[in-house]
Amino acid sequence: MTMPMLSVENLQASYGVVRALHGVSLEVDEGELVALLGVNGAGKSTTLKSIMGVLRPVKGTITFMGADITNKTPEYIVKKGISLVPEGREIFGQLTVQENLRLGAFASYDRERYKADLKEVFELFPILEQRLHQPGGLLSGGEQQMLAIARALMSHPKLLMLDEPSLGLSPAMTDQIFALIKRLREMGSTILLVEQNAERALEIVDRAYLLANGEVEFSGDVEELRRKIDIASVYFGDEDPSSCEVQS
Amino acid sequence: MIDLEFAINTLSLGSLYALLALGLVLVYGILKLVNFAYGEYIMIAGYGMYFAATVLHFPWWVMMLLGVLAAVVTSYLTELAAFRPVRTKSANALIVTSFAVSIFLQNAVMILVSPRARAVPLPGFMSQTVSIAGATTPVRNLMVIGTTAVLLVVLSVLMKRTVLGMAMRAAADNFITTRLMGVPANLVISTAFIISGFLAGVASIFWIGRSASVDPLTGAAPLLIAFIAVVMGGMHSPTGAVVGGFVYGLLFNVLSITLPASMISYRDAFMFVIVVLFLLFRPEGIVRGGYTEERVG
Repeated sequence: MTMPMLSVENLQASYGVVRALHGVSLEVDEGELVALLGVNGAGKSTTLKSIMGVLRPVKGTITFMGADITNKTPEYIVKKGISLVPEGREIFGQLTVQENLRLGAFASYDRERYKADLKEVFELFPILEQRLHQPGGLLSGGEQQMLAIARALMSHPKLLMLDEPSLGLSPAMTDQIFALIKRLREMGSTILLVEQNAERALEIVDRAYLLANGEVEFSGDVEELRRKIDIASVYFGDEDPSSCEVQS
Repeated sequence: MIDLEFAINTLSLGSLYALLALGLVLVYGILKLVNFAYGEYIMIAGYGMYFAATVLHFPWWVMMLLGVLAAVVTSYLTELAAFRPVRTKSANALIVTSFAVSIFLQNAVMILVSPRARAVPLPGFMSQTVSIAGATTPVRNLMVIGTTAVLLVVLSVLMKRTVLGMAMRAAADNFITTRLMGVPANLVISTAFIISGFLAGVASIFWIGRSASVDPLTGAAPLLIAFIAVVMGGMHSPTGAVVGGFVYGLLFNVLSITLPASMISYRDAFMFVIVVLFLLFRPEGIVRGGYTEERVG
């Protein structure tokens, strides 16, 4: 039996006295594209932050490539091979696009590889090459999202985690971002994707977990999820039916 | 036409104040901590010079180097021993700690050395005057202008061209995301304290050069100046601190020559009025924060 690349067991986390996660368990195998779905406040971002070491879990264990990474610092976890594209993109607005990318390579810098990586990034995102010397804060929302993803890729993560990459983007830009995620997966990346836009996410992922109120409500393959999400949307009274609508 | 002597005086005072303010803002940018122990690094540098010269009998340039080194080491050690353990707690814990460090260092010097002032034998040439195009000024004033110019250039090149400099700027912008790049938090914070201590040490040479003596409370006045300069210039960037330093120097000198002799002892009061006006009408300072702070999402 092979070990999953990432395994989260009984993860509990809180913000002060407010418990945000009540024992979340999930697994991601190498080469998989897995989605973590759920409405606002379900605990999706909290799960990613805990995996990344930004938030200290109250309880539970996080294992990555056979090593326990619970309670490690973010810098340690990046070196281990996990990279997070944070919610809201969080690019460094005062730094140029190039400086943003250079910092992305901080954890594992190699001059030759860095140059080759830049070329690859420019192939994936031609716009970034044009804007190389502009401050990141001057880019549009979609361009910032591309920069945030490119920056995360610069460290050659074994596992890429994306937190709501489509948030606040135009439909056209959302299409582009999802096409990119699909392409990254085809290129062999392992990806854990957090999305509110369940319908869009289910189009590209292998498996998904549905989080609600800090717990895993359902997990399974896309077809199962599609059926269950419809029930869930009724159950939780989701106000936006379009994001949970079942396509046949 | 601007008087050359006035210009040199203003530039030298502004340079000194810019160094002071810059040291304070570098740590603030990253930790969001107004380090009230900052004045103590200046004081410790003075005692470092005092011991190097009078006890160890080193030549003046070794004395200065040791003074700067004393400030750097003190700054780094306070980060390690006092600020690091409370860093993850709260902003209030940090600021109270900085007061504690300040009181601790002042009293340590009072007990271990003396509450009374000690003479720091700075080299005589610093106080000699030279004439440039009819203006007379102490060599010290030209030295501080030159030193500050060099330091500002070197520092801005380091911040722009080195990866550590980029990481420092990124950390001032968004600390958590900087850690997500794999940049160790301790590395960035320690570097900020070391540079802050270095600037305090260099400023100390010129601060103490004016009175040629040091006492346990020497740090209070430069701390206040740095703080005021930062309030006027802007807390959110090193540029703001430097601008604030020079603006302070200019305002101070303008007050010095425009106030009647009977009012000159109220110069500081006028300075504080100006600060209050800044806080009322331009609380973010002359140099506003970057666009990132205004960007939504």
